Amino acid sequence: MSEKSANTEKKPAKSEAAAGRTKSAKAPAARPARTPVRIDVLKTYKLFVGGKFPRSESGRVYEVTDSQGNWLANAPQSSRKDARDAVVAARKAFSGWSGATAYNRGQILYRIAEMLEGRREQFTSEIAAAEGLSAAAASAQFDAAVDRWVWYAGWSDKVTQVAGGANPVAGPFFNLSTPEPTGVVAVLAPQESSFLGLASVLAPVIVTGNTAVLVPSEKAPLPALSLSEVLATSDLPGGVVNVLSGRTREVGATLAAHQDVNAMDLTGAASDAELAKELEVAAADNLKRVRRPDAAADGDWSGDPGISRLLAFLETKTVWHPIGV
Amino acid sequence: MTDQIFEYAPAPESRAIVDIAPSYGLFIDGEFREAAEGKVFKTVSPATEEVLSEVAQAGTDDVEAAVRAARAAFTGWSALPGTERAKYIFRIARILQERARELAVLETLDNGKPIRETRDADLPLVAAHFFYYAGWADKLGHAGMGPNPKPLGVAGQVIPWNFPLLMLAWKIAPALATGNTVVLKPAETTPLSALFFADVCRQAGLPKGVVNILTGDGATGAELVAHPGIDKVAFTGSTAVGKAIARTVAGTRKKLTLELGGKGANIVFDDAPIDQAVEGIVNGIYFNQGQVCCAGSRLLVQESVEEELLDSLKRRLATLRVGDPMDKNTDVGAINSAEQLARITALADSGEAEGAERWSAPCELPDSGYWFAPTLFTGVSQAHRIAREEIFGPVLSVLTFRTPDEAVAKANNTPYGLSAGIWTEKGSRILAMANKLRAGVVWANTFNKFDPTSPFGGYQESGFGREGGRHGLEAYLDV
Repeated sequence: MSEKSANTEKKPAKSEAAAGRTKSAKAPAARPARTPVRIDVLKTYKLFVGGKFPRSESGRVYEVTDSQGNWLANAPQSSRKDARDAVVAARKAFSGWSGATAYNRGQILYRIAEMLEGRREQFTSEIAAAEGLSAAAASAQFDAAVDRWVWYAGWSDKVTQVAGGANPVAGPFFNLSTPEPTGVVAVLAPQESSFLGLASVLAPVIVTGNTAVLVPSEKAPLPALSLSEVLATSDLPGGVVNVLSGRTREVGATLAAHQDVNAMDLTGAASDAELAKELEVAAADNLKRVRRPDAAADGDWSGDPGISRLLAFLETKTVWHPIGV
Repeated sequence: MTDQIFEYAPAPESRAIVDIAPSYGLFIDGEFREAAEGKVFKTVSPATEEVLSEVAQAGTDDVEAAVRAARAAFTGWSALPGTERAKYIFRIARILQERARELAVLETLDNGKPIRETRDADLPLVAAHFFYYAGWADKLGHAGMGPNPKPLGVAGQVIPWNFPLLMLAWKIAPALATGNTVVLKPAETTPLSALFFADVCRQAGLPKGVVNILTGDGATGAELVAHPGIDKVAFTGSTAVGKAIARTVAGTRKKLTLELGGKGANIVFDDAPIDQAVEGIVNGIYFNQGQVCCAGSRLLVQESVEEELLDSLKRRLATLRVGDPMDKNTDVGAINSAEQLARITALADSGEAEGAERWSAPCELPDSGYWFAPTLFTGVSQAHRIAREEIFGPVLSVLTFRTPDEAVAKANNTPYGLSAGIWTEKGSRILAMANKLRAGVVWANTFNKFDPTSPFGGYQESGFGREGGRHGLEAYLDV
């Protein structure tokens, strides 16, 4: 919680709600004269890959600003190599995470919600700055995101019964269909809803046992990068979620073409039909399961999400065995 | 044949029950018509190379006409109460049962598979599939896909030649039950049973345009899936074509389900009952001449029982009767086409060239037609083409393993993921293996079993979506 000092100050403007870290892109904002002046300790935002926080191997960063154009941070600009590293980490984590009990996965997701709740001020400020919201509106987004996360956490040990079941085949056979995670899922998070939208696309992917390579909103990646810090301290095994800030097109193209990625959520390409199509074409090379952007479903993150996002990244396995004595 | 104990007298099924016309048109908007460009192609019996009939080759204008007919029919069909749609589909199921013998003979003639299989497997499953989905038509609100799930519209469906009528059933039954209308293209080498199905629709009084059948080749299929007027594409066939279709529909609204190739592992542990396992292996790879996407084409046998198992397996293979598919005693029929035979031959040759050891059942093959003797390869490594590529023929690749973990690793070492088999007496081992195998269908102590209530479909490059069961509805509903 490196940035909370500013929250004790008065918040003169809504963009200033970004926890006092808001700076003009040209020069540091003038502070009220006060002695002694304390200089904030700023955070270096980093990627999250395999449970660690590396910089981009490319050494690139890009400027992230608030909705007014004020500088917020330099975010890592992920490269193709970062994307490949993230896929390797996600693949490595898959067997353990998908093999964990549903109860265990549910508790870990719930733990993430607990950890989020403790960082309410930080996330609220980041959301406010990212999306140009008032403190109250940002707080509402945060609340909804945590509630959404808890909602999905509870699905871990319920979706199997809802999506699977016994099949009454015409013969002496035990026949059971069970949903299983599809594998490594590349997730392009929504561009506009930096935190509620993010939670709404990430939680359903991992709660069922998939591992994720997440590409957060290009212009507003900071809430996602901070979420990494929560994930890292919530017993979530390293590699289950990997976060790659950067250019959606660049990182997305690498992930879409990657032969060890099993599925892709293109929500973050909603505003760019051409990009969505390009990525879907590339994804066909190894027949990734693709969730296309869905204008009707993805615009409003406050509604009941239903379980389509859970089902989109599940396979159905059917097991037969003879019955006899 | 060595050690011939029994002589079998011929037991041919009569083909008099089926009346094949010298030519067939396209079935569009409830009637047969010639292709707009007037093109035709011949369909032959792969067992004899006899020309069975001449069928129309659908072109661009025909695809257009069929899609338009299906679109026009959609309004009425989707608005029909589910109870009424159900009755049409039940009628189809019943008529298929009534005409099962005729259709079985037809399918055997056109496809080359043994009459025993079309009579005892294909046709019963075809009728059962329609009967099953008929019952869903008025219960869709209870399928767990919302209170009032909507159909997608017009479904463009392209099916393969290995189970022509069964694949038609898997496609059309759920599409109709959910209120969609259909344009279906059967495979180039097996168009006849789909055309006979058109007549079944006529007998059932199905409203015109609800089912349209376009015969043709790959180009016809490509035109159909690319047509902007369809809302759903369902394809069963090769992985290469499946990928091309996925690229074609990218960026459109079309919902896609694909059921593609496989390289299924059939895993035999040292405690398995050998005789049952042998039957399962034979059923897994020699059923339908191995032209089955979910075939158990890789045998993974635990090292300690390899010799015993292979001895039994070879003994059993030597008793398989290969030949006239119309003979009721035939176990292994003809390969579907000269083209497919060439593909099988080339891949089998690569097995030898790459150092695996080839063994073929000692059997006499007929002089005309397309034939391949049941064959197995030992000394196969995971790098060999015959261990990696789908052969789609009666060719088994035998690999060995020592530990369950090794079996899982080898079984999963493929871009496919359609089927797998496990043979062991130990229940806990079955369940552990079933959990770890990345395949859509796992048969334990059995193989190649199908049922309309049981979802079928693959992981990874074996495709996506499920056919059969409640799951099969999702492919045709807007959910």
